[in-house]
Amino acid sequence: MERLILKVTTKILFAPIILFALYVQFHGDYGPGGGFQAGVIFAVAFILHAFCFGLDETKKALPQKALIVAMVIGLMFYAGTGVATMLLGGNLLGYDAIDPASTHHAGQHYGILLVEWGVGVTVASTMLTIFYHFTGREPDIDQEDW
Amino acid sequence: MIIASQIAVLPIITPLILAPITLLLPKGRASWAWATLVSWLTFAACSFVLKEVAQTGVISYHLGDWAPPLGIEYRIDLANALVLFLVSGIAAVVFPFAYRSVQLEIDERQTPYFYGALLICLTGLLGVTVTGDAFNVFVFLEISSLSTYALIAMGARRDRRALTAAFNYLVMGTIGATFFVIGIGLLYQATGTLNMADLHDRLVGQDNRMVQAGFAFIVVGIGLKLAMFPLHLWLPNAYTYAPSAVTAFLAATATKVAVYVLIRFFYSIFGFDFAFMNAAFTYVLLPLGIAGMFVASLVAIFQEDVKRMLAYSSVAQIGYMLLGLSFASAAGLTATLVHMFNHALMKGALFMAVACVVFRCGSHSVQAFAGLSKRMPYTTWAFILSGLSLIGVPLTVGFISKWYLLQAAFDAGHWYAGFLIVASSLIALIYIGRIAELMLLREPASEGKYVIAAKDAPLSMLIPMWALVAANIYFGVRTELTAGLAEQAAATLMAFAGGGA
Repeated sequence: MERLILKVTTKILFAPIILFALYVQFHGDYGPGGGFQAGVIFAVAFILHAFCFGLDETKKALPQKALIVAMVIGLMFYAGTGVATMLLGGNLLGYDAIDPASTHHAGQHYGILLVEWGVGVTVASTMLTIFYHFTGREPDIDQEDW
Repeated sequence: MIIASQIAVLPIITPLILAPITLLLPKGRASWAWATLVSWLTFAACSFVLKEVAQTGVISYHLGDWAPPLGIEYRIDLANALVLFLVSGIAAVVFPFAYRSVQLEIDERQTPYFYGALLICLTGLLGVTVTGDAFNVFVFLEISSLSTYALIAMGARRDRRALTAAFNYLVMGTIGATFFVIGIGLLYQATGTLNMADLHDRLVGQDNRMVQAGFAFIVVGIGLKLAMFPLHLWLPNAYTYAPSAVTAFLAATATKVAVYVLIRFFYSIFGFDFAFMNAAFTYVLLPLGIAGMFVASLVAIFQEDVKRMLAYSSVAQIGYMLLGLSFASAAGLTATLVHMFNHALMKGALFMAVACVVFRCGSHSVQAFAGLSKRMPYTTWAFILSGLSLIGVPLTVGFISKWYLLQAAFDAGHWYAGFLIVASSLIALIYIGRIAELMLLREPASEGKYVIAAKDAPLSMLIPMWALVAANIYFGVRTELTAGLAEQAAATLMAFAGGGA
């Protein structure tokens, strides 16, 4: 088997990178971190996978089409949270409307959690889309692809 | 009632939340239909906002329930309500128009991305208009600019030069945005706030180097975005090689929104107390406006490409808007606002007519227009009527613009500027007349590559185009909406800026 050490190392690292991404994602409320950073770290796991196993293998695990859906869902999550707070009687992204009775701003926590989740999903899928396009680029673009 | 209290944010949130869905829809007709529906909903929301502002006055909306100046505030007075109405109205006309044109010019696989990007661009432009927060302006400006770069690059299927045009615009636009954000950074350093009204309060009496540098950075940055002569170099190529529908949309909206931002920064943030602003009016906007009017118009005469000709004409028209601004009077501001609105109507219609010609002849070269009246009479007359409007013939919106500009020029004591306005309108007569002569009097080519099908453009293109032409004439006869509202808006802005009327 070729490059055995690299492959095994990548497999070992893959899950902790994702876990770290999730940590940064959910820790964003209280400390440094948040959706942007988490999304990039999440994407890094797959970029490492592509470096080691080849782009085709990564695309099998996470196809381009799924990424587009993820981008849309992420943005809709963000905007949807805003609209939900509007429907609950607050202003756009007025998170207090989620849990108005709370004395310790529980609504703010839920709201930012949902929004950051949307950001994270969008950033991760966008990063990977850019990566797919750069690495998957053919030497010259087919005339039909314009 | 939820809608009534949330009205200020509807023009932004409607296209923003509905645009991504375009990407998931099937290619071609479905994504187009969805985008068109969204543009109409947005237009409805913006019309509602305009009506509301005209009746009840300024709307202030606090995003996330955070009160300004800490939170982001959306603040809509008559000036931005008018721009909102204009931009969304143009979008509502361009989207239905785009279908056939896009079918021809853009790979069908890319249509969901195309319509999605166009909707995001619309969101950005509306966001710039609606916000009362200086940094938020930058964010929305970038949202609209980034999607614009992609949209222009999509013209590459017809002409690869679209790629360099888009890249040039990307470089110039990014420099502009950087300058703008540096300027905002300096103002933030000087005042500690980003809210426009708060900035205005805190800048009173401040006339130090930092504020002056911030002002200069902002003027140059926005100058790049609005293609102020001589910062217009990105514009002709970008307009020429972008897909036809994109050109029609951008020419009618993007630069107008940038002019609005300039007005907003001048009048709502700096105000007349800021001595530097008067210097900018006299020594920057006035000479550059006049230079743009003449140089760009003269260059337009010699273009062999109608799209490029109209692009240079746009630079010249921006010269008029800057000239109106430079008078530093309520009349001048009214003239700028009116011309902003009216120029969008005429340039939108003109670029749509060119799009129709491209649709049938596959070219926007001057030769393609020879003898057009015999083959495509409706397109020809749409072009000629909106061309007359561009020149400033009575009964069209162009006349109203020029009238207000002349009045403002004489009121301000710049009688020579009045003559220059008339003189540069005559240059517009030359370049529009040249195309009109080609269309009406020449025989159509009987051989060669400009032979055209003896058919006019499809109805789905003719109806939106003629809707804009009709608007050119309607608002040229009935001026309550445009000039009336612009006058009120200008009076409010002037009063806030602390200038005499």
